[in-house]
Amino acid sequence: MQPRIILDSKRFLLTLDRLCFQLIENHKDFNKTVLIGVQPRGIHLSDRLHARLQEVTQKSILYGIIDPTFYRDDYRTSEKQLIPKATTIKFSTANKTVVLIDDVLFSGRTIRSAMDALLDFGRPAKVELLVLVDRRFTRQLPIQPDYVGKIIDSLTSERVKVDWKHIDGTDRIWILPDKTSHP
Amino acid sequence: MNALSVNHLLGIKYLTPEDIEIIFESADEFKEVLNRPIKKVPSLRDTTIVNLFYENSTRTRISFELAEKRLSADIIHFSASGSSVKKGETLLDTVNNILAMKVDMVVMRHPSAGAPVFLSKHIDASIINAGDGTHEHPTQALLDAFSIREKLGTVKGKKVAIIGDIRHSRVALSNIFCLKKLGAEVMVAGPPTLIPMFIESLGVQVEYNVRKALEWCDVANVLRIQLERQEIQYFPSLREYAMYFGINKKLLDDIGKEILIMHPGPINRGVEITSDVADSKYSIILDQVENGVAIRMAVLYLLSGRR
Repeated sequence: MQPRIILDSKRFLLTLDRLCFQLIENHKDFNKTVLIGVQPRGIHLSDRLHARLQEVTQKSILYGIIDPTFYRDDYRTSEKQLIPKATTIKFSTANKTVVLIDDVLFSGRTIRSAMDALLDFGRPAKVELLVLVDRRFTRQLPIQPDYVGKIIDSLTSERVKVDWKHIDGTDRIWILPDKTSHP
Repeated sequence: MNALSVNHLLGIKYLTPEDIEIIFESADEFKEVLNRPIKKVPSLRDTTIVNLFYENSTRTRISFELAEKRLSADIIHFSASGSSVKKGETLLDTVNNILAMKVDMVVMRHPSAGAPVFLSKHIDASIINAGDGTHEHPTQALLDAFSIREKLGTVKGKKVAIIGDIRHSRVALSNIFCLKKLGAEVMVAGPPTLIPMFIESLGVQVEYNVRKALEWCDVANVLRIQLERQEIQYFPSLREYAMYFGINKKLLDDIGKEILIMHPGPINRGVEITSDVADSKYSIILDQVENGVAIRMAVLYLLSGRR
């Protein structure tokens, strides 16, 4: 099977906008809500959503990034060495609603470790999950997103890749036949 | 940028510049962890570490212990005094007995140079050298270079003078390897009797005049006179050493330039460095101690994944 694009740049932008408006519907003025992007790839999405949300609401919205590496359950079994990335949370999450943001939801293990990491910064009133791509039927833990850009059905062996305009030149989502191939 | 090239930290000699960079980048993130309200992460919760100390230590031992606790590892302490070493047990037997109790990593300090290298050839567990004789003290060199990088932005191209008892110092040797690998210029300075012969072959400059060394450098790493390792007298008296090779405020004021002052501790105040310098704003001695925990967390974390 050839690599194929499942979301082109036009629909990609529409999807980001829809996610923004869904967040605004539920969080109104974001007084008690903070956005937290999950390292490494979730922060591209969270950067974009945070900028767009501030543009639409004309408000400053608390935003941080979190690295779940130290909380992962596969740091020793993983073939690659897991090198930590930056965590920047310059506010308390206590009694706030936290929206965790990641690009692709697959096994759910990253989100599990991100939630553990998050609890070290205070006890949030509520944690929600926003993902750009939800790969259904591949979950290994009981974790479901609250906001989804696109649901896709894929084989475990396939790989979903998100391209970002500021890195790869175009916004789009690929599905690749196996974990090693590149478009 | 993805993995260390080694399974043990036996010395800086065995690391590549990329390894050092990976350790620094991880230490940056651990330093952030250490400034959180909850200073602990669960990364090593399934790892047991033995701290094997055949030689006295305060700073290094506490620093390793804190690093291990902040990573949620289980730890055991072993000191040669009060153990079966006194009954004649060999190093290898002692370690094999400890490892038989399912210990995963060994942090060791030993008075003999090369003891960790010897051990690494006979056991599977990851070994971290916490100082072996007058050979190497890799985590100290890493935290020194990390502190320079933190204060000056980079180590590359900086001029670092290592001043004092070079002959008996494992910190000096590890620092030379580490700084050279990171592209710094290194000078050693002190009395001729305390500078080993042929040290130029490591690519360092030698200076016997401390004032000239200070005028040259951006960073002065001042070492302790290790009286416990000096089997013969290398200089007439401590007072004379302090007069000719000690660093004091007047000397620094005369030179009139900003020099970062470092010291691996323990300090002999009034001998190699006076209190007004050790406690001045140019001194980063306590930053070094703080960074030591982050560096050791990074090393333990990265090596624990290498089994």
